[in-house]
Amino acid sequence: MVNATLTRSRAWSIAAAVPDPELPVVTIADLGILRDVTEHDQGSVHVRITPTYSGCPAMETIREDIVTALSEAGYRHVCVEFVLAPAWTTDWMSDEGRRKLSAYGIAPPGPRHSVELTLSVKCPQCGSARTRELSRFGSTSCKALWVCGDCREPFDHFKAI
Amino acid sequence: MSPLENYLLALADDALISSQRLGWWISRAPQLEEDVAMANIGLDQLGQARALLTLVGETTGQSEDELAYLRDERDFRNVCLVEREQSDFAVAMTRLLIFSTWQHELYGALTSSSHPTLAAIAAKAVKETAYHADHAAHWVLRLGDGTDESHRRMQAALEAEWPWRDELFDNTFLNEPDLNVAPHDAQLMVDGTAVDPATLREPVERRLGAVLDQATLGVPEPRVVFSKGRDGRHTEVMGYLLSEMQHLHRSHQGDTW
Repeated sequence: MVNATLTRSRAWSIAAAVPDPELPVVTIADLGILRDVTEHDQGSVHVRITPTYSGCPAMETIREDIVTALSEAGYRHVCVEFVLAPAWTTDWMSDEGRRKLSAYGIAPPGPRHSVELTLSVKCPQCGSARTRELSRFGSTSCKALWVCGDCREPFDHFKAI
Repeated sequence: MSPLENYLLALADDALISSQRLGWWISRAPQLEEDVAMANIGLDQLGQARALLTLVGETTGQSEDELAYLRDERDFRNVCLVEREQSDFAVAMTRLLIFSTWQHELYGALTSSSHPTLAAIAAKAVKETAYHADHAAHWVLRLGDGTDESHRRMQAALEAEWPWRDELFDNTFLNEPDLNVAPHDAQLMVDGTAVDPATLREPVERRLGAVLDQATLGVPEPRVVFSKGRDGRHTEVMGYLLSEMQHLHRSHQGDTW
């Protein structure tokens, strides 16, 4: 999805390093929210991002954080555009992002599947597969609430969509 | 108002008003996890409403806030089903099952709309509503096939809500403003922008029937109710709902956070 020449640009690197406001261990590039960055003449840059869920309340903060990061790096005109198509999917989350989430205590998304199926999820604390879902909706829309049968710790699981 | 604006407003208002009703449940649901679930489902619907209202505003020149907060009752186009009072959890889950199953079928069909932005909104919403419909189905199964008391209350909720679902499949509002055109000949349908709501009845009712059957609940007998929200003719509770939803914005116009 991402043009290889754009990924190497300086503006891309700066925008890519912006952390997610609700999951500060991962960046917006790790999550696949950052779609592309185009640099124009005279320090102007156009950034396209896509929401994870329609109602994601973090989008405004992400927009402001991108503008701040690029302005501090010397870009004078920063335009952040929200794009809806193609729809965001957890398949865009990087392997690095998945590792960071897991280390943070959030079970990363598995492969996409029908919502009626509940696949087993490994506990991010102790690694046990003896886990069960408590609620389809966890602390945010993008996560479900699970609990481990071995270490007894509750944990968030990033839902595959 | 153009036919496209009228259509988009109907879908936006359904999601917005349903979201407002779900928000009422925060701190009142039977479990803490359910408070969170209902809030998150409402938030998804609010996001869908915002995207659709923004799209309407592109041609009417209004902002999403103006459309949500400054229209009066007769200008809202949501079906009456979503505005009805719902302080009983069985009613809330019946409503969510019916509405989100319908939304899931609708958005699924709209992913191939000839209107690119509407198709993009639908492609996101179809994934979200799959979770909403599944969540509601779980509760309907637990309560319907639960104790005698939970079964009785679930069946009562179903009897009360069932007739109001008919308006979801009513396509007569699509021929506005030219009422001489039959709904299925309306321009929006011919050019592939809109989905004919009447075509959603069969798949939605098949899915609802399967859940009710598994939940040991009986499908209610047909009953006619006066449900004309698509024409702006709402039930009495709509005014109260809007006054709560709009009063902060109207009392402090122009203020920002």
